[in-house]
Amino acid sequence: MANVKRIPIPALIGIILTVLFLIAAIFAPWIAPYGNGQIVGDVWEPMSAQYWLGTDNLGRDLLSRMIYGARITIFIAVLATALSFTLGATLGFCAAVLGGWFDTLMSRAVDLLMAIPTLIFALVVLSVLPSTLVTLILVMGILDSTRVYRLSRAIAVDIEVMDFVEAAKLRGEGMRWIIFREILPNALSPLISELGLRFIYAILFLSALSFLGLGVQPPDADWGGMVKENKDGIVFGIGAALIPAAAIAMLAISVNLVADWVLNRTSDLKGGRGNG
Amino acid sequence: MADKKAAGNRKAGPLLDIRNLRIEATAYPPGEPPQNIVIVHDVSLTLEKGKVLGLIGESGAGKSTIGLSSMGYGRGGVRITGGEVILNGRDILKGGKQGLRKLRGHEVCYVAQSAAAAFNPAHRLMDQVVEATLLHGRATRAEAEKRAIKLFKALSLPDPEHIGERFPHQVSGGQLQRVMTAMALCSEPDLIVFDEPTTALDVTTQIDVLAAIKVAIRETGVAALYITHDLAVVAQVSDEIMVLRHGRLVEWGGTRQIIKEPRQEYTNALVSVHEINHEEKKPGRTPFLSVQNVTAAYGGGHIKVLKNISVDIFPGQTLAVVGESGSGKSTLARAVTGLLPPQEGSVTFDGRPLANRLADRPKEDLRQLQMIYQMADVAMNPRQTVGSIIGRPLEFYFGLRGRERDARVAELLDKIEMGKGFADRYPAELSGGQKQRVCIARSLAAKPKLIICDEVTSALDPLVAHGILQLLLELQKEEQVAYLFITHDLATVKAIADSIAVMYRGEVVRYGPKSEVLTPPFDAYTDLLLSSVPEMEIGWLEKAIKGRRMESAGN
Repeated sequence: MANVKRIPIPALIGIILTVLFLIAAIFAPWIAPYGNGQIVGDVWEPMSAQYWLGTDNLGRDLLSRMIYGARITIFIAVLATALSFTLGATLGFCAAVLGGWFDTLMSRAVDLLMAIPTLIFALVVLSVLPSTLVTLILVMGILDSTRVYRLSRAIAVDIEVMDFVEAAKLRGEGMRWIIFREILPNALSPLISELGLRFIYAILFLSALSFLGLGVQPPDADWGGMVKENKDGIVFGIGAALIPAAAIAMLAISVNLVADWVLNRTSDLKGGRGNG
Repeated sequence: MADKKAAGNRKAGPLLDIRNLRIEATAYPPGEPPQNIVIVHDVSLTLEKGKVLGLIGESGAGKSTIGLSSMGYGRGGVRITGGEVILNGRDILKGGKQGLRKLRGHEVCYVAQSAAAAFNPAHRLMDQVVEATLLHGRATRAEAEKRAIKLFKALSLPDPEHIGERFPHQVSGGQLQRVMTAMALCSEPDLIVFDEPTTALDVTTQIDVLAAIKVAIRETGVAALYITHDLAVVAQVSDEIMVLRHGRLVEWGGTRQIIKEPRQEYTNALVSVHEINHEEKKPGRTPFLSVQNVTAAYGGGHIKVLKNISVDIFPGQTLAVVGESGSGKSTLARAVTGLLPPQEGSVTFDGRPLANRLADRPKEDLRQLQMIYQMADVAMNPRQTVGSIIGRPLEFYFGLRGRERDARVAELLDKIEMGKGFADRYPAELSGGQKQRVCIARSLAAKPKLIICDEVTSALDPLVAHGILQLLLELQKEEQVAYLFITHDLATVKAIADSIAVMYRGEVVRYGPKSEVLTPPFDAYTDLLLSSVPEMEIGWLEKAIKGRRMESAGN
């Protein structure tokens, strides 16, 4: 890795914020001043030295809720994104390399899934299935993987016709080598920029689901759920709902700043020796 | 028209006078602060009205950059930082944007290398041909179109009255290049910059375009800068030749002097580039690769690209397959490698039949048969280092790992005349010739009996290509490897082949040992092909065209 001085400032800001969010998520029980479900004071107390961000609609410490919320939000989003990328990229690359009926079958199946609005599809599935974390992650991951599939197939089809892939085929290489050693390294930079975007979409999607009451179930809450809990306060001029909303926006921006920077570094064809 | 004549009377000096031209660009070398590099070092040239000056040199010599400077244009971040470009008696670099706009497409026109990429595919040819003329108000639309049709005729385009109604994709590459020349001539400029107008064309097409350009230049009396890397081509059209290297002038003189009595060593190297000493080997008794009656087709068997092809390759020898684009040369390679399973016929290798489909061939067969591609930069994975590119066949076929593998990679790098230090470089950090050498090393790593070379020198500069050919010949001597050498360049064939197969529309029209194939009497196509190869000789073009005319009349 390059030294810290060569990292551009936007990327540095992104990295710092992302790391802060991650620390909050990982070490939540040690950092949070109060428990997650612990009622500590009055309803919607303003910010004070005791409660840095005030209290929520049930009188729980908002800062502690935010920290625990970061944990659950990021946990679900990371797993869902990981699932969608593993699934989407693998299937997409296979479709591009194998072609033929596999490609047709997969692509039409994906078209079918994409034809249904994602949110409505998720609402239907989640209201039928038991609402556990696993189902939530699976539903989010699979729905998102259709987008990743589309992208990775499109990229891989372009790379697959290059002479170096043909050279590998002539050498007698198997499909694993062709996918993971010839195609994947060359498809990485668009996929990484997509990774940043999809991670944010996962968080927004999760927030939307929780806001509608189908995401994380109380007493646990992700940031979207917290917006929902506190939304009634807005009418009385209480900004408690804005804090989780702002956190969502901040995470979205900082992750994308990092993704942009990684993209810049990896799209360089000289092994990262050029540019910055 | 009147103002042009006035300008013509006013100026007494040459049409174009470039003085101490200095062109710079900013480079971003890895791990260092951006640097200023000088692309053209204080080059001066003058061009009289109606004369043609050839600019010649390898890639990176700055010939296009100098050519474009005559219209005050710097490509992609290139800056003209010094000197004067005096056209029709005024310094165009001082005229500002407005001045340049008036100049381009009016006094100076440009003919690009790839006409197919330079035409807008969404507009009809005529609209594009007359665009500049109308824009500068040189003529009414009707007049301009009349002039364009006259030019189409002069450039011997088929159906000159109606060809302008077609779209760029509806005419062939050679025709498109001629239409582009008509476009440049249409606004009656004083100077045309031809930037490698025939480099991307087949030899048989090149000669037509070349002749058309020459006639058009003579008839309109326009002056021209003709940029190319092929000395034989430039010798046909220009009055003077300027040899450039690394942005510096090497030699400047009359065409006859440059090609007959070059005074500089570098010019001499360019002139004698195709001279390779290679003694033809007699065909052995038993071929080890034998293609028998192969027929292959694309599109589910509908478009037959190969028709009943039979050729043999003998151990340690070179079979050259020549023909123009679309003759099926590369398809033959695909059929031999198994990428395109033949419909009929078979390929025998070392006395045993080779499976038609790639997937059915054992690893050993795949190892014996390697391939080198035309475009070396897409034939290597840009994300792998040279070491892992060359090392992979060693791992894959021989199971070499670690230090053993690295030692062999170093040995191979040595063989292709590149140092050990290249092992951890990426392809993007190599020059064109080096890339092709790495590809050669990769195929050699498998210790093959046959290497298929698909136009391996076509994308390279003459001098670099020369080096690659010599390397291939040396390696053949050392490793006893045979080559199936696919090319459209007959000069290359003459230099390295032992036997030749001439292909035309999917059929082998002439096949045999080199000396036999290249001895008359020829069949019509071989004759056309042979007579189209530019020779380093003044007046060759006229002779060749005349020969062809008689021939086509005779047929």
